[in-house]
Amino acid sequence: MNQTMYRQGETGQAMGMQKNVAAMELGPSKKLNMGDIKLSIRGLNFYYGEKQALFDNTLDIADKKVTAFIGPSGCGKSTHIRTYNRMYELYKGFRAEGEILMDGINILDQSIPALHLRRKVGMIFQKPTPFPMSVFDNIAYGLKLYNNYSPSDIEGRVEKALQDAALWDEVQGKLQQPGTALSGGQQQRLCIARALAVEPDVLLMDEPCSALDPIATAKIEELIEELKGKLTIVIVTHNMQQAARVSDFTAYMYMGKLMEFGTTSTIFMNPVRKETEDYVTGRFG
Amino acid sequence: MTLLTRRKILNGVVLTLSGLAAVAGLFMLTWILGNVAWKGISSINWDFFTKLPAPPGVKGGGLANAITGTLLMTAGAACIAVPFGMMSGTYLAEFGKNSKVGSVARFLADILVSAPSIVIGVFVYLVLVKPMHHFSGWAGACSLAIIMLPVVSRTTEEMLRLVPPEIREAALALGSPYWKMTLKIIYRSAASGIFTGVMLAVARVAGETAPLLFTSLNSPYWMHSMNEPMANLTVVLFNYAMSPYDDWHSLAWGAAFIITISVLAINIFTRVILRAKRRTF
Repeated sequence: MNQTMYRQGETGQAMGMQKNVAAMELGPSKKLNMGDIKLSIRGLNFYYGEKQALFDNTLDIADKKVTAFIGPSGCGKSTHIRTYNRMYELYKGFRAEGEILMDGINILDQSIPALHLRRKVGMIFQKPTPFPMSVFDNIAYGLKLYNNYSPSDIEGRVEKALQDAALWDEVQGKLQQPGTALSGGQQQRLCIARALAVEPDVLLMDEPCSALDPIATAKIEELIEELKGKLTIVIVTHNMQQAARVSDFTAYMYMGKLMEFGTTSTIFMNPVRKETEDYVTGRFG
Repeated sequence: MTLLTRRKILNGVVLTLSGLAAVAGLFMLTWILGNVAWKGISSINWDFFTKLPAPPGVKGGGLANAITGTLLMTAGAACIAVPFGMMSGTYLAEFGKNSKVGSVARFLADILVSAPSIVIGVFVYLVLVKPMHHFSGWAGACSLAIIMLPVVSRTTEEMLRLVPPEIREAALALGSPYWKMTLKIIYRSAASGIFTGVMLAVARVAGETAPLLFTSLNSPYWMHSMNEPMANLTVVLFNYAMSPYDDWHSLAWGAAFIITISVLAINIFTRVILRAKRRTF
């Protein structure tokens, strides 16, 4: 316990003045009119063993909106969102400190079972990850995990999930084909359908388009547009145009620190910090 | 001489040498296969598969009991080694990845893979045959199982490790418990690889002689149960090839041919399965 406090204190010092400036300027929800808040991240620190990767991240994620994380490679964007579903717990020595409040409950608290949390917080990965089974079974897998749906109920839910992921028209006649036989973009939408089927509140997308061609990317972006309003989406992207196109709020991260957070238009048109401006205009990174 | 011509000459020399080496290797293989086929095929007939061996001096006879014995003992060995091997491989790949027990088990499995099979035969002789006071098919199956076990375990581990971490994360991100993810998704991804490993392990033990000499020995009769000395192709091949009778020599060639063909068939079969699997998933 003492050690934990010491570490946090140390971080605070390391951040020095900058942190205070940021806190004043960003002041979550002070300046921004964000509507309902789904996730409140407070003083989030993250460690890969001894190495600290996130430093005192504090921000709010608006409910049923799209929040984008941008920043150069290795800045901690993925690390950051992988704390929202405690994915890091799979690996030895990785740990997070601080608070992530989801509807008022600290989800980093070990008394919250990670499996339950992950049903509420879905995740899409960089590379499409269809399971080695049919299109239908890919989606049914998640459905069958915790509920005892009847076969006809499962069929209905699979169809609905595929429709929600804008994939139904393309795979309607080939539900029994292997999911891996679909094209890359279709595979990624299959993964989105799979995640949507279990009705999560939050969908994390870790560079969901970086392995896709421009047309497939456009379809995913359209899909994000459609899904917004139904659930909270947090997207990590390397592609600044993408962040500008799809998100309502944008966070700029650099070296594990949250440099600036605001509405997407502010971050791209009128950022407070010089570093953010340099990054979004392509002068850096 | 320019640098370029020097390189070209060197390239030619190395290409010729490695080509010759490949030809030499293939030559030995075709020689063995051709010899076995040439001499073996002539002794293969209906009697070979249906009759018991004839006593020395009597014409005809077959190896029906030895073929059955080999099949039974190999199947028995697979029934013991596959579940244990797959479970230990799963432990090594999924649960005991970095644990002390895991690394010790992995090291021991590696040693067991390279242990001479005759040592395993002697070991089973001491712990099973001697206390039971007789040779038996079970003892034979056990010694073959011990040879299979580390092969199945290590292939299972390697095949499971080949499954991309993203697939695991994707399953776990749906709220799937670890064991369910392993059972329903990881096994499925690795299925064809694990199957190949099992088949290759079967092919390997199907041709083992030394461990059976100490455990199942041989018998000229039909077996009534696995609990008695059991005929098998490799020991029969060994005994008959060393015998002074021409009839037995020809049966030994037949046995050699059957063993070779089966091992070859298993290998080809696994490759075909693997290729078909790749096309669908």
